[in-house]
Amino acid sequence: MNRAIDFFLSSTMRWLLLALAVVFPLVVTSEYLVYVMALAFVWAIAVYGMNIITGYCGQLNLAHGGFFAIGAYTVAILTVDHGWPFWPAFAMAGVFGAVFGLLVGVVSLRLKEHYFAIFTLSVGYIIYLLIDKWEELTHGSLGIINIAPPEGFGLVDFTETVPFYYLVLAFLVFAIWVTRRISESLLGRTFRAIRISDDLAQSLGINLMRNKILAFVISTVYAAFAGGLYAGVVRFIGPEQANFIHTFDMIAYLLVGGFGTLMGPLAGTLIITWLTQAVQGLEEYRMIVFGPMLVLLVIFFPKGLVGTFLSWRGRRLARQAPRGTREPRTGASEPAADQSQGARNNA
Amino acid sequence: MEQFIQQILNGLTLGSIYGLVALGLTLVYGILHVPNFAHGALYMVGAYVCYFAMVELGLNYWVAMAAAAAVVALLSVLCERLVFHPLRHAPPIHDKIAAIGILLFLEAVVQMHWGADFRRIPTPYTEILRLGELTLPAQRLLIIGGAFALMGALHLYLKKTMTGLTIIAMAQNREGAFLVGIDANRVAMMTFAIAGALAAIAASLFAPINLVYPAMGHLVLLKAFVIIILGGMGSIPGAIIGGLIIGFAEALGGFYISSTYKDVIAFVLLVVILSIKPTGLFTKGVR
Repeated sequence: MNRAIDFFLSSTMRWLLLALAVVFPLVVTSEYLVYVMALAFVWAIAVYGMNIITGYCGQLNLAHGGFFAIGAYTVAILTVDHGWPFWPAFAMAGVFGAVFGLLVGVVSLRLKEHYFAIFTLSVGYIIYLLIDKWEELTHGSLGIINIAPPEGFGLVDFTETVPFYYLVLAFLVFAIWVTRRISESLLGRTFRAIRISDDLAQSLGINLMRNKILAFVISTVYAAFAGGLYAGVVRFIGPEQANFIHTFDMIAYLLVGGFGTLMGPLAGTLIITWLTQAVQGLEEYRMIVFGPMLVLLVIFFPKGLVGTFLSWRGRRLARQAPRGTREPRTGASEPAADQSQGARNNA
Repeated sequence: MEQFIQQILNGLTLGSIYGLVALGLTLVYGILHVPNFAHGALYMVGAYVCYFAMVELGLNYWVAMAAAAAVVALLSVLCERLVFHPLRHAPPIHDKIAAIGILLFLEAVVQMHWGADFRRIPTPYTEILRLGELTLPAQRLLIIGGAFALMGALHLYLKKTMTGLTIIAMAQNREGAFLVGIDANRVAMMTFAIAGALAAIAASLFAPINLVYPAMGHLVLLKAFVIIILGGMGSIPGAIIGGLIIGFAEALGGFYISSTYKDVIAFVLLVVILSIKPTGLFTKGVR
């Protein structure tokens, strides 16, 4: 039993997952399913970004969908209106994501808790309104069609679904790797300290503002790159992309998988995407299921799937360990179980 | 000059609607310290209940409004019992996510039943009063009169009745309120009921000169948040004054600056205010 549990967390498991992802398009016959998987990976990259600021650093950013749209629109406007090739436009998406993230972060992160959530909600709405109304720049509510697909290298052609799937997979693996590096570094521990308590972090000598802004900018860059990829695969984009609902989708993905865990964002995104696919007609009314699900999850399983699994394993090990021995490390992705219970009283 | 006075009247109309919605939001915040993101959805449900009672059942406008207030008050209390009460000891991020869950659920249910089309509620008060160059549609006067009457009634309720005073006591000092034997559950339920009823009445008043659709609560909710940040979260006079400020800013800004971007004005105000004073305009001290 213990070996089975350990296997889930071993590096073999990670390679196995990667291998599964690599053979997926070869096993699945329908190209549509590969396309759905590629889109799910794109969203997962954005959710990894949200995980950095909301999961690790504990700041609920409700403008995340807006930064996704900024990335997508950067690629769309540069390729369609200015004739840029995809890759330079894609790089610019990251730059814009960082610049806007920095600007918004500098103002919004001075605010705490509820003020931050409300402020970012407003920022998300401003982004949506600007995209919808600024017709000279964004084509308004018509949206932008015929966005350039990524140029291939040699024989590879990214307008086809399967090569694009591998491209997105490569980005996803890179995103997870970066998240893991951050999570295991001093920076990751700094973020977690900030989540547990601002005051605690400050008393440890952590520069709150600088670290929060850093987490915010990292997250917006993730979102903007994911948006750029989205523009490259769907090749159409409209103001709806900046709608709240996408931010809320991402919160649902993150919550199902588990805030502040390494594999949670991927698990949550894949599970919900495929559940939505499995029930035909659910797409439009998914919120009838998602809404109560969000509520039930935060009441009964606030740590999400991965988080619940990890803390269950932690308790199990603690029970089994002979008294007096040191508990084994449960890995860097261990969620902070004691997420400041009294936070509301202090806040 | 007439134009200016006309815009002032428009601002007063908008401001009183925003004020009513913001009042509910600020009351709930004062008691539970939860920013209730589902409040906009309650506003939207209020408009639909009014639409249902008036257009589909053929009831009188005032009966429909009362029905909307009752239904939404009940719904609001249910949210408190089923969602916010179990989460009262959870980290604050959880309340926000749960509130978002309620918002998405209510919107999806309404959209499933009525579709995403725009609908209209006919007003029984179609007269247009003229005062020199000014045109005063009766419905607008009704909104302003109704909203201020309601604010006055709420003020009397909070200051002159025992139950009202328990709400204020709990907003001022939770532990102190417990010490003198105030029942927290009752106060919380009462507050949510009042907040829901205010949102539903605001929606029923405003709907005849506006449209009814599932996403109608988004902008109103965001502006209500801007208002309670302006006025200080939990402050009742702050919500009314803030509502008027935003109402005037929008009416005058929409007329003199740009009508395309009038919805952005409130948020630009928010960004500017929070950049200069991160705790809001009228708050003192903590948070």
